[in-house]
Amino acid sequence: MTFQETVLALKKYWSDRGCIIQEPYDVEVGAGTMAPETFLRVLGPDPYRVAYVQPSRRPADGRYGENPNRLYKHQQLQVILKPSPADVIDLYLGSLQAIGIDLRKHDIKFEEDNWEAPTLGAWGIGWQVMLDGLEISQFTYFQQCGGFDLDLIPAELTYGLERIVAFLQNVDSVYDIIWAPGFLYSDVRLKDEQQFSKYNFELADVGMLWQLFDLHEKECQRLIKITGVALPAYDQVLKCSHIFNLLDSRGAISVTERVGVIGRVRRLALGVAGAWMVEIGVKTEAVA
Amino acid sequence: MSLPFLLEIGTEEIPDWMIVPALNNLQDMFQVLLDQQVLGGRVTAVDATPRRLVLKAEGLLERQADVEELVLGPAKSAGAGPAAGFAKKMGTTADQLVTQSTAKGDYYAITKRTQGIPVTEVLARELPNLILKIQWPKTMVWNGKGTERFIRPIRWLVALLGDDVVPFEIGGVKSGNTTAGHRVLGKPSFPVSIHDFDQQLKANGVILSAADRRERIESGISAWRVKPDPDLLHTLIYITEFPTPILGSFDPSYLDLPQEVLVTVMRHHQKYLSVEDADGKLAPHFIAVMNTNADPDGLVRQGNERVLRARFNDARFFWDQDQKKKLEDRVEDLKTVTFQAKLGSYYDKTQRVAALVKQLGGNERGAYLAKCDLTTDMVKEFTDLQGIVGGLYARAQGESEEVAQAIYDHYKPLSMEDEIPSTHAGRILSLADKWDTLVECFKVGMTPTGSRDPFGLRRAAQGIVRIIVEGRVKNAPPLEGEFLRDRVEHYFREVRGFAYDEIRACMAAGWADLLDLEARLKRVQGVRTTPDFEPIAASFKRIKNILKQAQFSDSTFHANLLEPGPELDLYEAISGTSGQPLESRIGPLRPKVDLFFDKVLVNAPDPHIRRNRLALLQNLLTEFSTIADFSEIVTERQS
Repeated sequence: MTFQETVLALKKYWSDRGCIIQEPYDVEVGAGTMAPETFLRVLGPDPYRVAYVQPSRRPADGRYGENPNRLYKHQQLQVILKPSPADVIDLYLGSLQAIGIDLRKHDIKFEEDNWEAPTLGAWGIGWQVMLDGLEISQFTYFQQCGGFDLDLIPAELTYGLERIVAFLQNVDSVYDIIWAPGFLYSDVRLKDEQQFSKYNFELADVGMLWQLFDLHEKECQRLIKITGVALPAYDQVLKCSHIFNLLDSRGAISVTERVGVIGRVRRLALGVAGAWMVEIGVKTEAVA
Repeated sequence: MSLPFLLEIGTEEIPDWMIVPALNNLQDMFQVLLDQQVLGGRVTAVDATPRRLVLKAEGLLERQADVEELVLGPAKSAGAGPAAGFAKKMGTTADQLVTQSTAKGDYYAITKRTQGIPVTEVLARELPNLILKIQWPKTMVWNGKGTERFIRPIRWLVALLGDDVVPFEIGGVKSGNTTAGHRVLGKPSFPVSIHDFDQQLKANGVILSAADRRERIESGISAWRVKPDPDLLHTLIYITEFPTPILGSFDPSYLDLPQEVLVTVMRHHQKYLSVEDADGKLAPHFIAVMNTNADPDGLVRQGNERVLRARFNDARFFWDQDQKKKLEDRVEDLKTVTFQAKLGSYYDKTQRVAALVKQLGGNERGAYLAKCDLTTDMVKEFTDLQGIVGGLYARAQGESEEVAQAIYDHYKPLSMEDEIPSTHAGRILSLADKWDTLVECFKVGMTPTGSRDPFGLRRAAQGIVRIIVEGRVKNAPPLEGEFLRDRVEHYFREVRGFAYDEIRACMAAGWADLLDLEARLKRVQGVRTTPDFEPIAASFKRIKNILKQAQFSDSTFHANLLEPGPELDLYEAISGTSGQPLESRIGPLRPKVDLFFDKVLVNAPDPHIRRNRLALLQNLLTEFSTIADFSEIVTERQS
């Protein structure tokens, strides 16, 4: 199975189980969780099922394309089942079979791994899923998001696509993955990794980034106060979060600044979550 | 007729380290339920896998025994009116009342019979609460806000009393007689009875008994020389329902990397057991324990080998990369590593620790470099190796052996069982590092509360105590404060086995210097078994009480006011043995003290005599109190 066939098989599998197949969110995010399809949709009492591939940018993880397993941008397949059905683990195991993993010939373990994202006011309980000693997925029952206790408990399944496919194709480097017939992962993405590593670590203009951070923060604060624009306000949170990551990879955030900046992003995220809760009619006050 | 009982709580995978405490908690609570509700029977076994907690009991009744109790009503003298009221309240008529004579006179009374209800009803009523009361370090909801909490979602419940289901429900799951097998090896759902439960599970790929799973792993690896690792073995037993060990290999060229790194990668990141060769050296093999019965095509072995290869490659890359910048060139970089938000960077901490190490006569260079490995790729990836990596790098970069070993050891002891640093320089460095953490955290109010101790201050304090005592650190900073006091008590009681009252007595005479305290404890423990000790300790208690009541603390007295006889004898015994060690004073003093209290009236009518006698006792108390406050010793007579 090529990389894209694996992605298609997973999308088909989850589509058949009632998931909306969304396209990746088009603002930079560090993880599929941060896309509004997860961050905002898990709030409130309405059931929702969605799956999407989310390219996830983590500037500090870049290695100029030289490390076989580390990437500045990797692809996550994110599945949200809200509320989580009682057979959610069986459904997940079924998805592995759908991409050609014969469970009788492999070793699957669920090892404790709780998840927490302080900048999003979010945490959950769950596992890392280990296949023959390799972590292939993160499985989380969300408990809180944006500082709110969740009305319905969603299960979040996150597949690390590069890892899974490298495993299935039996290659030691993600760059050797066959993406499509005749094209390797390196053909598709290597330049991306090289150029963005250079930008993220060496070239990004720190002064400009700080200015952008301030601008997006102000815009977000302005929008939070206006009814009915939680989504555009959330885009501003994502911008701030990504700029923070860039500043971090440039080594531009001192120890004393760090906590403060994280706090600024967190306040924005909580503010947007509150605005969203008002918008969907769950709360009358936008406070967690 | 007595009945067997079976309870199985079926869940999603429970973290391995929480399972045994939860089982014990379940067992205790269930036995209390049996006893309090008079259901008969006792718990005969508890066992668990990651997906099920199981309790078995035997000898339960079908129905609680009826209970008869005599209920007293109004006094006979109150007459017929109140009697009728009482009878009505008890659901009977006045002519059914009997007379009960008590010390206070005769009363109306009635024998109340409470009929026992079927045990299955009691269990059905009590089990949901009992199950949800099992204590876990962290719980979750899965059915939505405000619903029941458990460690992981409950997916099925088996509850059988004899052949019958005990009916109840938790979070939409109804109890029954259907269980679930291994996720891959077994059927997802099948009926069981109490008698065939274990066998049915076995047939469905689940070894219920942890002891049997242990046995299966141990016999599976007996052909190899495996580095003993009881903690990891315990983990492997409780993350599997059907464990099967397999042997994997790695390229021997990786053995060039330090053994600590290889073992950490295998143990902490992959949960592999390490294998040694005939000489006890690390061999290029590992044991992985699968949660399934076989690896028919070798895919599991290959997969694990590939993962390990990638991890070892990372480690090699980190090692090479890290050597490009020496530890001493990384000190400045510590300014960007947070020690704690309120406490600044590791650079600041380094400066403080180095100053303290200097003051304590340790190795300053070691202190200066100790935290530099926090900036290395190796420690960023394998955080458990902090300190160890610094030590290895220091050695590789030509630092002295003293510096390298001190850095290597400076997080020790990591637990009660862990050893303290092996060298003096290491002990001073570890002590100073922990001391600094403690002092700084307390300064900004980050103190442990209840079971919460996010900065590991209790462990740090325990480390300080052990390093000073076991490492014979003579010039340690003086100890003070409630928090350290608790750790000192805990150490001497739990680790060293001194009696609680000995510790209290000796600490009352001071504990700033732990080596001095330890010496005094040993002496008090030594004399405690001598026949004169307990009586003299009791006398000290009496002396202390007398002085307290008299609100007296003056020690000046006049020998010429002493009355010949027991009083003078006591004085002479005190002054005659003055300067001698405690051990040789108790014998001669004890009869004199006894006789003094027997014959002499401390509260003499003449105020001068009275003052003088109190002063004599005050002197006696003071002389001994440099060793311990003996009035703290619990004596036979009190108990």
